[in-house]
This record gives sequence, C-alpha cells and structure tokens, in this order.
Amino acid sequence: MKKLALVILALVLLVGTLSACGSSNASGGQTTNNSPAATTPAGSAPTAGGSASQAAPAPAANVSGSISASGSSALYPLVNIAANQFKAANPNVSMTIAAGGSGTGLNNVLAGTVDIGNSDVYAAEKLDAGDAAKLTDHKVCLIGVAVIVNADVAATVKTLTSDQLKAIFNGTTNNWKQVGGPDEQITIVNRPTSSGTRALFTKWALGGQSSVEGDTSLQTDDSNALLTTVGNTKGTIGYLALSYLNVASANIATVQIDGVDPTYENIYNDKYQVWGYEHMYTNGKPNAQTQAFLDYMMTPTMLTQAGTLGYGDPSKLNADAAKSR
Amino acid sequence: MAYASDKDFTQKRLNQPLLNKKWRTEYAGRTLVTIFGIFIILLALTILGFLGYRGSATFLNYGHSVAEFLFSTNWNPGEAGQSGTVGAAIFIVGSLTVSGFALLIATPFAIAMAIFISDISPKIGSRFLRPVLEIFVGIPSVVYGWIGLTVLVPFIANVFNLPFGFSVLAASIVVAVMIFPTIASVATDAMQAIPAEYRDASYALGSTRWQMVWHIKLRSAMPGILTGIVLGLARAFGEALAVAMVVGQSTRFVDSLLSPTNTLTAVITANMGNTVNGSEYNDALWSMAFLLLLISFGFIILIRVLGRKRNEL
Repeated sequence: MKKLALVILALVLLVGTLSACGSSNASGGQTTNNSPAATTPAGSAPTAGGSASQAAPAPAANVSGSISASGSSALYPLVNIAANQFKAANPNVSMTIAAGGSGTGLNNVLAGTVDIGNSDVYAAEKLDAGDAAKLTDHKVCLIGVAVIVNADVAATVKTLTSDQLKAIFNGTTNNWKQVGGPDEQITIVNRPTSSGTRALFTKWALGGQSSVEGDTSLQTDDSNALLTTVGNTKGTIGYLALSYLNVASANIATVQIDGVDPTYENIYNDKYQVWGYEHMYTNGKPNAQTQAFLDYMMTPTMLTQAGTLGYGDPSKLNADAAKSR
Repeated sequence: MAYASDKDFTQKRLNQPLLNKKWRTEYAGRTLVTIFGIFIILLALTILGFLGYRGSATFLNYGHSVAEFLFSTNWNPGEAGQSGTVGAAIFIVGSLTVSGFALLIATPFAIAMAIFISDISPKIGSRFLRPVLEIFVGIPSVVYGWIGLTVLVPFIANVFNLPFGFSVLAASIVVAVMIFPTIASVATDAMQAIPAEYRDASYALGSTRWQMVWHIKLRSAMPGILTGIVLGLARAFGEALAVAMVVGQSTRFVDSLLSPTNTLTAVITANMGNTVNGSEYNDALWSMAFLLLLISFGFIILIRVLGRKRNEL
C-alpha cells in the first residue's frame, strides 16, 4: 500500500515537472508557433510598449513553412513584433525569433541553423571577407545612437562639441566643469568592445578613436543595464540606441552633439551622424517565406510602427545622408 | 503455479535457463549503470577536448604566445580576420583578486558558524542555522548580484565618498555571501565527524570547551575545512553573473580594492554573443574558457590531496 502511494506520488511529480517545462516553453517568447500565449514577453522588450499591439494587419502572402531568426538584441523587439503580425496574417508559417547578439546571428546564419541573422553592423566588420561574401544583406531600418548623461549633469550640459566628446572619451577631459557642468568627476559607461552600439559610436561620434579604459570608466553587458547604471550614478556619460530611449526617464537625458539633437529627423537630413543600418542577413538567396517576411519588414506600415519604437526609415534619408554610409 | 512437492519445485527451477536469470538479477543493472558511467566520462573528455581545440586556436592560428596571453595587459583582439593583442592578465588577476578577497571575508564567518553548530549550540544549529545555510545556497546568483547592485554599490560610493561604488570590494562581498554557506556546511561536517573520544579526552585533561574546540577539534578537522575553502574558492572563481553586475567591468589592472576591474567569466559573458566563430576575439574568449577549466582542475587536484590527508587522520 505504501509502495503504491509512493509510485503515485512519483508519477504526479513527474507529470508536474513535464507540464511545467511545457508551459514555460510556450511562454518563453521565442517560439510563436501554435502558442497563443507566445506574444512579446514582458521583460524582454521594454521599448515594445502598448503602441505595437494595435498594429495594422500584415498582408497575407500565401506562404507556409518555417522562418527562424537570431542575433542583435537591439533589433529583437522590432523583429519579434513583426513576426507576431506576420504569423497572424499567415497562419501556415511558424516563426522562431531569438536574440543572442549580432555575432550569434551571423554565426547561425552562416552555419545555416537560422534563416535570418540580425546584426547591428556590416557582416564584413565581424566575419572575414570570404564568409561575409556568402551572406546577402537586407537593410531593414536605421538605428541612431544618442549620448546620454545622468540627470545631475543634464541641467548644465545640454550640448557637447565633437571635440569635447572625443576629449571626454580619451580621458583628457575628466571633470564636468571643463565643459561647463558641475564640479564632478566624469565617469564613462561603455558597452563591451565587441558591441555593435559601441562600434557605431566609436566610428561616427569619436572618429574611430577608442575609449579610455581606466579608473573613470565602467562597462555594462547590455543596454538596459547601461541605462540603469547611468541613471543611478552621478556624473556618468554613456551612449544608447534610440530604441532604448522611447520611454522617458527622469534620471537621464540625451545630449546634443555640436548643437544637434539625436533625432531621426536630423539623421534623415544628414545633420546627425551617429547612426547605422540594422541588417537582416540571409545565406544567399532567401526561400519564399523568408523573402515574404523580409518584404513585410520594409512595408510602409511596418516602418511607421518601427518609427514609434525608435527605429528609422531608410527611405526617408536625403541624398547626402544616404551617401554617407 | 502449483508444485506437487518440494522436489518438483527444485527441478523446475533448475530447468530455467541460467543465463536468463543471471541477466535479470545481475547483468541488466550492471550494463545500465556502466553505460551511464561511460557516457559521463565521455562527456567530460569531449568538453575537455573541445575547449582545448577551440582554446588553442589563439596560439596556433593567430600565433600569439602563451606568455602574452597570461602576462600582457594589452587586450585588443581583432575581428573580421584582423589580428590584435590578446593579453588577458587584467582579467586573470581580476578573477584571482575578487575570489581571493571573497575567501578572506567568508572564511572566518564560515568557521565560526561551523564551531557554533558543532560545539557551542548543536540544538539551535541543527534546527535553525542549518536550514538558513541551505536557503543561502538556494538563492540564484542573479539575485545576489541585483541586491549588490541596488544596495551595496551605492553604499560603498557613499561610505568612501567615491563617484561610483562598482569595485573589487563590492564584488568580493557579494561573492563572499555566496560562497559562505558552501564553506560553512563542509566545515561543519568535518567538525562533526571528529570522534567524541577526542573531545572527552580533552575534557578529561581539564581543558575548557574553547580550548577543546580550538586546540583539538579545529586542528583535527583542518583538512576537511580546507576542502570546504577550496570548494568555495572554485565557486567564487567560476561565478560570472553576480560579479559582472557589481565589478564595473573596466579593463584596468587592479591596484586598490575600491577600483573597478574585470574578470575572466565576465569578459566571456559580455562578448561571446557579439563575436563570430573563428575570429581572433572569439578564439581569445575560448582560450579564457580553457584557462578557467585548467584552473578548476587545479582546485580539484587540491581537494583530492586534502581529502587524502583527511583519510590519513
């Protein structure tokens, strides 16, 4: 009798564990296939606020099969929303969208484990020439990078010249009073050296000069952690993709570069230089369903939505701005 | 089945195929266990081989010397087929400093706890302190890191009047809290395993309780306590998440407890997703992973040696 009870208990536990695994899978947010619960996961996309949910329906493309994508965490919120809408219009398509970093995306698409590899940077900046040539680039949107400072500096420092910015990041300027701010040490908050956001910032804001590493510089793994660190630490300066600045924060403020605000309006007009393309790479020519999804990413409705999420529309670039990249 | 007689029963049993019976009673279980055992050994060897293969590319494909990797502070690996510098000394020293200092903080508390549980008040110890230790072990490292980030980092900035509190000190304290229960429970087991005769003999010679604890029990339990300390050190060395959140991740050589630095595990976590296979950057990260494995082997050998000492007692 006792034995029987034990067996039943073990079974109950086993079933409980299995079903727990199943449900956590479904709500994990990575697979949008056949699970109504798997929409945008709560914590993963702070920028993907309410605005995205009441989106225009995607056009039915009469395609079926599976589409998988991985890579850039900066692009992830947008791709994830697009995937949900695309899936709603094309019920025969199953989609798996993951983040993991630009390097992971390029690795995976090159190895053929995903259909699309998302990247913040050109493949040629990560892969060697031979591998980069195998991939087809789809520039789906723009991403701007803004300089942000802690709120205690923001009141007095509204704008920095390019030279001041370079001096801050190479360590020559180390107190805010040297650029008209309070008498406070400047603390630089970087992203890891391999980060796409850092690459964009280094190339277009600092003219390729690498940031000083030392007593006065910190580093954070991801953009959300950077936002928290700059918000909580006095005298900090950092840089963030505009898609992370959708939600206003009282603790931080953006800073103009040479008197120009970091907005897409200024990027389109070739006034603000710190921006890059977001890339979705395919290994050679994409299959039908992947092509349909890439087309959908670049439809006007999707690009309007991308605008509200903090991404830019490549078609709005004026001739000079488009030529600059 | 009914048997006409005992003799009939014996005859029937003897007629059963012997191998079939032997298979059920002996070989089936033995085979299963052997398969699982071999699988785990193969898995360990595969991981070792894989890390060795990926970790050696920095030196074989990109021609860096092991000395550069271990002793240079010049960290600027290339991407996209480019070659740079792969000096990882800053991160190696960072890892050593954080875990070493964490050990210095945690060990006195852990040993005090072990003495308290085994000798001062076994009743409170087993009813209250042991469960508390187990709760400590169960808290995920991200929670420790988060608490460190929100409470400890601003606190250190305030107390020492610094612009920010991200520092070796913050990381060491967070890690100390994490490894303290490991050391404490292994040390407690070691203390409790000392035969009662030792205690009785000590009392019979007229020593006080503290003299007995200090001179007899602690001395006898030392190999076990050291095993706990090495286990704690191994855990501290391998911790990535909590450390990364509070250490500041600044690529600079440690020169004070209040300065930020970076560790091997934190560098790997921060950059692995952003680099591609076969690039120098990625290979340098694999070399660090291999180094971590070698260091943990070192810890395991140390534990073995200490364990042998304990058995000799």
